[in-house]
Amino acid sequence: MEWKKYTYTFLITAVIFATAIFASNYFSQRKMNEIKNIESRIAVDILASETQFSLLSELSCRDISSSLLSKELATLGDRLSYTEENSGSDDAEVLNLKKYYSLLQIKDFLLMQKMKERCGSNPSANGLSLMYFYSNMDNDCADCEKEGFVLTKLRQDYPDLRVYSFDYNLDLSALQTLISIYNIEDNQPTLLINEKVYYGFKSIDDIKNILPALKEIDKQKAKEEAAKTKATSTKGE
Amino acid sequence: MHIVSETITYIFLFISLYLEVFFLISYFESREKEIKVPALFQPNKWPSVSVIVPVWNEETTVLKTIFSLLKLNYPKDKLFVFVVDDGSTDKTWNVIQRFAKSKQVTLLRKENGGKHTALNYALQFVTSDLVGCLDADSFVHPEALKRMVSNFEDIEVMAVTPSIKIYEPKGFLGLIQKAEYIFGIFLRKVFSYLNAIYITPGPFSIFRRSVFEKIGYYRHAHNTEDMELAMRMQKNNMKISNVHNAFIYTIAPTSIKDLYKQRLRWIYGFLKNSIDYRDMFFKPQYGSLGMVVLPAAGFSVFSTLYFFGATILSWAKTLILKIEEISTVGLSFKNFDFDFFYVNTDVIAFVSLIAILGTFFVIVISRGMAEEKNRFGLDSVLFLIFYMFICPFWMTKALYNVVFSRGNKWR
Repeated sequence: MEWKKYTYTFLITAVIFATAIFASNYFSQRKMNEIKNIESRIAVDILASETQFSLLSELSCRDISSSLLSKELATLGDRLSYTEENSGSDDAEVLNLKKYYSLLQIKDFLLMQKMKERCGSNPSANGLSLMYFYSNMDNDCADCEKEGFVLTKLRQDYPDLRVYSFDYNLDLSALQTLISIYNIEDNQPTLLINEKVYYGFKSIDDIKNILPALKEIDKQKAKEEAAKTKATSTKGE
Repeated sequence: MHIVSETITYIFLFISLYLEVFFLISYFESREKEIKVPALFQPNKWPSVSVIVPVWNEETTVLKTIFSLLKLNYPKDKLFVFVVDDGSTDKTWNVIQRFAKSKQVTLLRKENGGKHTALNYALQFVTSDLVGCLDADSFVHPEALKRMVSNFEDIEVMAVTPSIKIYEPKGFLGLIQKAEYIFGIFLRKVFSYLNAIYITPGPFSIFRRSVFEKIGYYRHAHNTEDMELAMRMQKNNMKISNVHNAFIYTIAPTSIKDLYKQRLRWIYGFLKNSIDYRDMFFKPQYGSLGMVVLPAAGFSVFSTLYFFGATILSWAKTLILKIEEISTVGLSFKNFDFDFFYVNTDVIAFVSLIAILGTFFVIVISRGMAEEKNRFGLDSVLFLIFYMFICPFWMTKALYNVVFSRGNKWR
């Protein structure tokens, strides 16, 4: 009986599997660390801006670099949802990262409010923001997938627009406080724009109607595009 | 639900990997012991050989088949050809009349009854030491018989199988089959090392005549009589070996319809024959054949169907998501920035990668055995990518036919 060969084969296969598991865990851990690094960076940036704000009584509003922070938050958000899909929503590390992310978003929002008060609302620099509340519990929110696409597109098209997204069911006291301040009901998807609450799916056009500033940005872009083509066409002559 | 499908995937992957490792180990441990038949081998004595060619409506290829037999590098007085026209309705009978006066060729005609009846009909007239069969759409290499006869010098060997390649493969399907057959050359060799060959293929398997006297003639066997005979031989502890440098060239089906019909017959035949010979499965007395090879062949049907289903399901999900995205926000071609973060690094991805590497390795080895010019080719690429998407169709139908007990036609 060839039991020796069968056992030997089993061992080799088990070793290959173990190696695969080991490699997978290694990369999983690396990805978590990358997210943690991004969060640390953002935390430092926010802290730096807040400190600057507190130190200066006359603030140079232009010095606060806002657009970079917004992009970092977006990148972080994407990576976080990818990791959540792969590791599961119950993973303790994922939950922790999500909570930290939500806190960073709230801090960023508060910082923006302060800047608005001192510097005045300047649509092209800072001041444009919206909050999005979703739920990823089974069958809780059928439109959240679609709303997610809409917001991703908005982030891409309007880098200066800050899109903050929160998991409504996250066990975070600061988040729950935010929810109770604006009296947000348990009905996702929910959008909070300029202190008004909107329930149900909103398309890109719906949101542009609520935030006319976006349409202004569109017009600006169109003018710039027209100026560019005019310049190149005259060059040709 | 998710956990169930993941567990099944892991189990199937583990078993598939186990089998791949097992066959590779078997190949390497036996390779040193193998005595390769030299290209210009001369046997000590020349046994007499009869080759039976059953024909049904093969007027276009039968002449070439018979000519290839007559061109075999073998003493003419020891080689006999029996052509059996199984009630052809085309010009086959007329076409083969050009051999009517040949001393080596005997022409027989009977009413249509199926391939196994044609073979059995001719067997009654065979008096030589060895007897073989050859499909009317296949051609033999001139050295093939000589090399195969060499294995009969071992008195335990009761049958010898050759290597089969596709004759002049054309087109997408032709290339995939070419790679598939070359892969089969490797498998047949490994099975011969394990004494676990369970198909003595229609194209040019050679038997000792005593085999038929001991265990009987061909049976209908769900139109896969070549498989059933081998299984019957194995059940009677008869040794079947393989000469991998004896080449037979067969014409492959060129249309997807013909290919589907052929493979449906093969898989259906395998499933039904396995059921008939189910008491060989997992029995140590049948060695590697019973413990590994037969279960592996059965497993491959189910695992192919499972992985195919799982892949299609996941693609469908992605497609539905993409359609939803486009309907919500329209089509947008954003810059594709390759980000390592999003590369799939879960366990299944790594194991699959290793399994594919193993297959790649087998392809390279088998191409050497098949005496192909390159170690890898376009046909291998197409085979690796597309084969698992084509065979589930006939596998499903074969399974369906078996479960709901529908018969199968030869052609």
